[in-house]
Amino acid sequence: MIETERLTKKYGDLVAVKDLSFRVEEGKIWGLLGPNAAGKTTTMRILTGFLPATEGRARVAGYDVFEQAEAVKQSIGYLPENVPLYPEMTVESYLGFVAEIKKVPAARKKAAIDRAVEITGLQSVRKRLIKNISRGFKQRVGIAQALIHNPKVVILDEPTIGLDPAQIVEIRQLIKSLKSEHTVMLSTHILAEVTQVCDGVVIINEGKLMASGSLEELTASLSENDGVYLKLEKIDGQIQGVFQQIPGLKNIQVEGPEIKLEWPWGLDLRTKILKLCLDHNLAIKEMRPLSMNIEELYLKIVSGGMEQ
Amino acid sequence: MKAIWSITKKELLSYFTSPIAYIVISIFVLLSGFFFYSLVWWFNTQAIQMSQNPYYFQQININQMVFAPLFHNLSIIMLLMLPLLSMRLFSEEKKMGTEELLFTSPLSVIQIILGKYLASLIVLSAMLFLSAIPTIFTFIYGNPEPLPYLLGYLGLFLLGAAFLGLGVFWSSLTENQIISAVLTFGTLLLFWVLSWAGYSARGLWQDVLNYLSFFEHFDDMTKGILDTSHLVYYLSFAFFGLFLTHSVIQFRRWR
Repeated sequence: MIETERLTKKYGDLVAVKDLSFRVEEGKIWGLLGPNAAGKTTTMRILTGFLPATEGRARVAGYDVFEQAEAVKQSIGYLPENVPLYPEMTVESYLGFVAEIKKVPAARKKAAIDRAVEITGLQSVRKRLIKNISRGFKQRVGIAQALIHNPKVVILDEPTIGLDPAQIVEIRQLIKSLKSEHTVMLSTHILAEVTQVCDGVVIINEGKLMASGSLEELTASLSENDGVYLKLEKIDGQIQGVFQQIPGLKNIQVEGPEIKLEWPWGLDLRTKILKLCLDHNLAIKEMRPLSMNIEELYLKIVSGGMEQ
Repeated sequence: MKAIWSITKKELLSYFTSPIAYIVISIFVLLSGFFFYSLVWWFNTQAIQMSQNPYYFQQININQMVFAPLFHNLSIIMLLMLPLLSMRLFSEEKKMGTEELLFTSPLSVIQIILGKYLASLIVLSAMLFLSAIPTIFTFIYGNPEPLPYLLGYLGLFLLGAAFLGLGVFWSSLTENQIISAVLTFGTLLLFWVLSWAGYSARGLWQDVLNYLSFFEHFDDMTKGILDTSHLVYYLSFAFFGLFLTHSVIQFRRWR
């Protein structure tokens, strides 16, 4: 649905994006992750047709961003980092204006506004002036304008920035609900947002692609082993011997009240571990995956541990 | 055209939800009414004196004595006021970040520029229409020639259209509305004083400077003379302003 090929953008001597190639599949929420000034906004601006690229190609919803710009703009809903609002307009008249410039037919304009208002939960502020509504509602209006023409692709630049924790949760729920009808790409530097909302990530740093793929794929490619942490009711000196009975286990390590069990990628020994615990009457209090958390993953990739 | 009209409607809403259009129109209409009243009062006293002499009685002409100076005064007020109408057109979009919405919509840059420009022309027309209301009474109580009167207003409109074209260009260059207004004002003043330089120049230079000056073209129109060169001058001036705006916007995105 979104595809870039060796995308490069230079501002004079400054290279903002360099040879960026990635792919986002239809019906997924994809995160564009990177530190500040990594080139996230520039990439999004190129995809939405706001900026031309210096080199390379990009396709959105099957159209070439540079040669079929109008079709691309018609297929994209875009929320820039600074929500583009006219404070003197009411929410409804603003959405009506956006519907007109996004070429929604006049007969469908009202239905389009109703739909966007309903999806984003703006009913209570529909008739109010934008300058008088809260920051969270303004963000929702920004998302509503991106959805007004029912685009195939929705691009959101830092959609939760500057919101309070309750508003962040609301906006994330809203973004998740978009997946059923739209392909979503959102940029963020909040790692938790990626794990909570996204199906996959494109990680960039200094304009270059560091990694892309689903979180599971990335974790798999960066760590040698899979495994679990197991918290048992009682751990004694014999415990390591018990787990050694499972063929394939590479590492058994007691860490305080927990046991860390590791096996090579590709195997899945969790069922065997559970069965063994039952057979030996070992009461399990907690079992959680060993996989790297997003912070570890991100730091490893951005600090140069991996470059694709 | 529908797309252009969407932008125009939005701009008109912005003009009339902020105090700027009301203030500009009110001051223009107030000053125009004041000048009109003063000129009519002066015309009356002159007419009474001149009517006592049959030779001078022939010279009494309301078009030349009231409307021509009125239009000149209005053209100077427009030079001062119209930069305030054009200053926000692109500057504000840049400052508020709303240009990203406009330029990622399926509208072309030309449609966006024309939509904004059209809105400013509508406000200009409203300004001129309201200022014209008191002058209609001269047709009820006197008999001015309609052609120089109408050409005078057409001249004011064209002059305003040229001013606004230049104003749109400056507003596309900066996100600061004050800078945009001052640059427009400065450029308009420069074109105004070109006619003064024209008086002291000779030969070809005099012709060139006179042709470039706003007010040389305007003079003829207030006398009831419509030369196509005047139309071409004003329209090409406005077109040039809009063309430069388009170039600036494209250059900014492609650099």
